[in-house]
Amino acid sequence: MAELGRAALVVTLGLTTYALVAGAAAAHLGRRRLALSAQNALVAAFFSTLVASGVLLAALLRHDFSFTYVARTTSEALPTGYTVSAFWGGQEGSLLLWLLVLTGFGALAVRLNRGWARDLIVWVVPVFATVAVFFSFLVVAVASPFAVQPAPPDGAGMTPSLQNPYMLAHPPLLYLGYVGLTVPFAFALAALLSGRTDERWLIATRRWTLVAWTALGIGQLLGAHWAYVEVGWGGYYAWDPVENAALMPWLAATAFLHSVMIQEKRGMLRVWNVLLVILAFSLSLFGTFLTRSGVVNSIHSFTQSSIGPWFLAFIAFTVAVSLALLFRRLPQLRSPTRLESPVSREAAFLYNNLLLLALCLTILWGVVYPLISEAVRGEAVVLGRSYFDFFLRVFGLPLLLLMGIGPLIAWRKASLRSLVTTFRWPTTVALVTGAVLVVLGAGSSVPGLVTYTFAAFVVATIVMEFSRGTRARKALGAVSWPGAFHSLISRNRRRYGGYVVHAAIVLLAIGIAGSSAFDTVAEAKLRPGESMDVGRYTLAYRSLDERQVENATEIRATLAVSRGDRDLGTLEAGKNAYTIEQQVSNEVGIRSDRLTGEDLFVIAEQIDPDGAVYFRVFVKPLVNLIWIAGLVFVLGSAIALWPDAREQRRLVARAREVGVPATR
Amino acid sequence: MTEALVLAALLAVVCVVVVAFPFLKEPEPESDSLDELDEAERRRLELLESRDRSLAALKELEFDHRTGTISDDDYRTLVGPLRREVASALQALGGEANSEPSSQDGEGRPPGERS
Repeated sequence: MAELGRAALVVTLGLTTYALVAGAAAAHLGRRRLALSAQNALVAAFFSTLVASGVLLAALLRHDFSFTYVARTTSEALPTGYTVSAFWGGQEGSLLLWLLVLTGFGALAVRLNRGWARDLIVWVVPVFATVAVFFSFLVVAVASPFAVQPAPPDGAGMTPSLQNPYMLAHPPLLYLGYVGLTVPFAFALAALLSGRTDERWLIATRRWTLVAWTALGIGQLLGAHWAYVEVGWGGYYAWDPVENAALMPWLAATAFLHSVMIQEKRGMLRVWNVLLVILAFSLSLFGTFLTRSGVVNSIHSFTQSSIGPWFLAFIAFTVAVSLALLFRRLPQLRSPTRLESPVSREAAFLYNNLLLLALCLTILWGVVYPLISEAVRGEAVVLGRSYFDFFLRVFGLPLLLLMGIGPLIAWRKASLRSLVTTFRWPTTVALVTGAVLVVLGAGSSVPGLVTYTFAAFVVATIVMEFSRGTRARKALGAVSWPGAFHSLISRNRRRYGGYVVHAAIVLLAIGIAGSSAFDTVAEAKLRPGESMDVGRYTLAYRSLDERQVENATEIRATLAVSRGDRDLGTLEAGKNAYTIEQQVSNEVGIRSDRLTGEDLFVIAEQIDPDGAVYFRVFVKPLVNLIWIAGLVFVLGSAIALWPDAREQRRLVARAREVGVPATR
Repeated sequence: MTEALVLAALLAVVCVVVVAFPFLKEPEPESDSLDELDEAERRRLELLESRDRSLAALKELEFDHRTGTISDDDYRTLVGPLRREVASALQALGGEANSEPSSQDGEGRPPGERS
């Protein structure tokens, strides 16, 4: 059935090319039926890509090793779940998934907005189609998932580190994020192309941006947890170029989600918003380039391939065309209002944007520096962890503080007296927290102490905002306190959903500071019966066992864990030897304390034939807050994303007043 | 092989029909031009956006003042200009409405009668 897959992708390429050419002609000439036809082509492209995806999935599940891709990424012994995840585990399959999500998002975005923003949609179609043409060309001509070969008796299997349940969700979520950023980009470019620079492109895309941003954020967090439990080096984020590649568009999108509010509230930062959307999309392409070109060494990257130059050319084309269009529309994008005071909510948002962008560009420099140094000096100079950690503190800590300051300042301008009154309580809470922490001995790490103090400040402002808002709603006639709380959130979901997301970031910051600034490490080579101390824990090495599972041999060292006189049970750490793949992976042992959020993390670095094991053990305070932050982050995003009936009614009324169809 | 090619051909035919559907549905339409906003409508849209922006800002200011996030002093400083902005946006919209005939599109349809 490889022929069907290939043919379906050729059909997709034909349809997207038609959507590009016909869509552009329709928009330029003002032809209604041609525009509808181009929109249909984009929708049809999704279904033809779905057919191709179905063919690949069927081949994976049937273990059809006549497909080169299937033979290279799976084996007969691979469990079914991982066989499915092989769809995006290799270069060609992941590009196909990218195309599938892209055409799906394109079809949906057109469908949802063609009523109320049809003059904009006419231009969105060719922009979307341009991106789709690029990806369909790649899977047709450069990296086809449907290449065939004489079927070998078994496949090469999957890289052991990818054989983890997180691989079922982490890459698809990242793709949803990366590809989702195409939607705001397409609408922004459509606004520039058509000259319709009113707010509709923002309204049409902010939910898409939020969805993409949420998916990218959760995808990264799942990736961090995967690294933590699977890669076995004792951490969750290594400033790896490919990890950074996902972080950069997320930071740009975060900046956009904040600055878009300034445009909505004050009509300011129009050029800036378009620039951020272009940056976020270009960085998502750049991230894909890094993963696929083989130009950087990373655990995440696919093998060296010929795909890099194509990506580089497309990124250059995208940036050049976008900036040229932006330059052309500059007079239309001039803001009717100006920043009235450096002490105002919009100013706080602007500082937030500058810090986010500075952090994003600093990381970008850290990623590209080895490439530049190699090109110039013939030697790749890698900027290490200290570089990234330094700038994370320099830009991240003020960002954390601003999360507490921004929501409490008035739009336009705030008086000094008002600021003193407003910040009295949060500042007191923060200072008391800092003082208590110093007394408790947290002063050993100044960045850690500052993080906790700022976190207390932000939590105080969030609690204050919710409690004051609920009281006000109750005074305005809500029948009960829960009713007032519900009314508060439902009347301004973005604002209060945003506060919940801020709470998630605070948890994340506390978790990162706790696990990196206040962690304990110990190493020892133990024989059965020997023990070691780490922090308040004692680990006694009991035994070494070997067992056979479906696709690997598991070797596990069993350790008895105790804290003081208290027996905390046993912990297993060891290695897996994968038969087909001929590779060995670290399998760490983790004991989480649900009350304190602390982890005891054990790596069996080296296992000797005589049963002696070289252990590396970490105690990571508060690390579990990082994962809890993920749940709070999803909750906040869901609140912000929840359809707002009042806003819908307002938009419909506005559309009616102008005379455009009000359906969305 | 043959089965796959037949399915592929079928897929291509279905896609062609889907793409051609707007032309098949309306072989000879009354008008094939895009239903776009004219200059007057775009101007009106901008004014409506400005009005909604000012109204939303006023509403938020009132609520933030009620919750205590905005002090009395700041409220007094900010509420006047905001009210003036709302009034001027409404006035501009009123002016637009009085010159309504100019906001009709090229085919003589009044706003609100678009398909």
